[in-house]
Amino acid sequence: MKAGIPLNETMKNNLYKYILGIADNSLILGQRMGELCGHGPSLETDIACTNLSLDLFGQVRSYYQYAAKIAGDDRTEDDIAMLRKERDYLNVLLVEQPNRDFAYVIGRQFLFDVYHHLFLMELQKSKDLTLAAIANKSIKEVSYHLRFSTDWVKRLGDGTEESHTRMQEAIDQLWTYTDELFHQTEADKEMVSEGIGVDVTKLKEEYYNKVAEVLAEATLQVPDLKYFQKGGKQGIHTEHLGYLLAELQYMQRAYPNMEW
Amino acid sequence: MSEEQIKSLENQFEARIARDEKIEPKDWMPEKYRQTHIRQMSQHAHSEIIGMLPEGNWITRAPSLRRKVALLAKVQDEGGHGLYLYSAAETLGISRDEMFEQLHTGKAKYSSIFNYPALTWADMGAIGWLVDGAAIINQVALCGTSYGPYARAMVRICKEESFHQRQGYEIMLKLSQGTQEQRDMAQDALNRFWWPALMMFGPKDEDSPHTAQSMKWKLKRKTNDDLRQQFIDQTVPQAELIGLTVPDPDLKWNEERQSYDFGEIDWDEFWQVVKGHGPCNKERMAARVNAWEGGAWVRDAAMAYAEKQQERKTKQVS
Repeated sequence: MKAGIPLNETMKNNLYKYILGIADNSLILGQRMGELCGHGPSLETDIACTNLSLDLFGQVRSYYQYAAKIAGDDRTEDDIAMLRKERDYLNVLLVEQPNRDFAYVIGRQFLFDVYHHLFLMELQKSKDLTLAAIANKSIKEVSYHLRFSTDWVKRLGDGTEESHTRMQEAIDQLWTYTDELFHQTEADKEMVSEGIGVDVTKLKEEYYNKVAEVLAEATLQVPDLKYFQKGGKQGIHTEHLGYLLAELQYMQRAYPNMEW
Repeated sequence: MSEEQIKSLENQFEARIARDEKIEPKDWMPEKYRQTHIRQMSQHAHSEIIGMLPEGNWITRAPSLRRKVALLAKVQDEGGHGLYLYSAAETLGISRDEMFEQLHTGKAKYSSIFNYPALTWADMGAIGWLVDGAAIINQVALCGTSYGPYARAMVRICKEESFHQRQGYEIMLKLSQGTQEQRDMAQDALNRFWWPALMMFGPKDEDSPHTAQSMKWKLKRKTNDDLRQQFIDQTVPQAELIGLTVPDPDLKWNEERQSYDFGEIDWDEFWQVVKGHGPCNKERMAARVNAWEGGAWVRDAAMAYAEKQQERKTKQVS
């Protein structure tokens, strides 16, 4: 917000939740990409995946530092990242899906990047100048992520028979998590009405058009699916998240209240 | 080429090295010089790549976001160092795939230090401080090496490594200022990494078969024992400064030599790890081989795609 405008409690809570809703996606996806370090199919992709993870965690820090400031108590970015319970993480289900193989890694990244890019383009226009500034800085990184994942969807889709099959399978399996990207929580609606938040429902059409365009170029089929999963934005996750959090939180849980 | 011609080329070559001129990829060089450099440069590149594993292990568990970001950046730098070193080695007429092959079959070695496990967060500090610290001492000596591409890669790498070393030391410093549990964690990491770090300088000079030739080619500018001493003299005061005890009862300042005397390294352990029987040799190799074999379909796809793109371009032109 512009300096000097006092926030009432409800507004503060909504803004706090809204920021977490954005940042948790980057946190969980960054953590997933960080798992790959040293195990990529080539040195170049290994470095690229580490780099994506690094960018995402950098964004996470900006968001959580801001959220901590909004909360106005003594909580820190690390408390927000590592000391919440599983039901309090607000990321979409898509980003917590495991690294089954490189096609899943790329599929997940691509399906998120297309959304992330559209989202940040809009967030840059937020009335909240801090969020607009974070979006403005992040979009440069996310443009690169999108280029990387798009190129790889094409390579794998239009590469060999095996890579085509694997890439199609990953897209088919992950598709069920795409619809949730466009769901709105109560906090989202409030923030949209304040001119702070992005109306994600308006991004949906462009999202599916862009995805379809890349899939076509990659000789892949757009899945014909009528049933979608949801729940992440309400903190109801897939079973995968608990394990991810166990690693993410390990040090903070095992050695509470220490400085690192 | 006659033997006489070769002899004359060799003499010119030795003279260039003596004048401290750099040897470049297209220059004539003795076959043994080429092979020695391929061996050492690929070993160095492999060490960077294998070195990503013990630290990569801790990315998901780093205790704070700030540490996580710094660790990711560090491991990414190591991947980058691997890339330039492989590229520099390729100038000597070997491909990256061939070098990987040599690593995976055990023909090529990598630094033994990475066969020790990274068990606690403090190990991220100890590795940065001691392992990168030892690596810098080895590498600064290599910035003046005679082979141009290697020397240039080293200059760039050294800058980043010294940043990593400070970062590692800062992790240890923070732990040493923390709770008893954190100080114990830091001391334990130093206890486990001290001796393996000293082993990073290789066998004693009298047991080092390549030293004489490597000194002559300026591939080495100081001997293993000299570099090891330099490391000890530099590191002991750093340990004292943060209240940690170097785990060597024989460590003592020698006024006359203006250097530390230190205890005997366990050379049996050194050779055991070098020969492939350290605590993590098998895990490290399995991780690399799995990544390589498991990633074959991805590399094949990239190749097939590039070929198709090329064909499409050619068709468009014609």
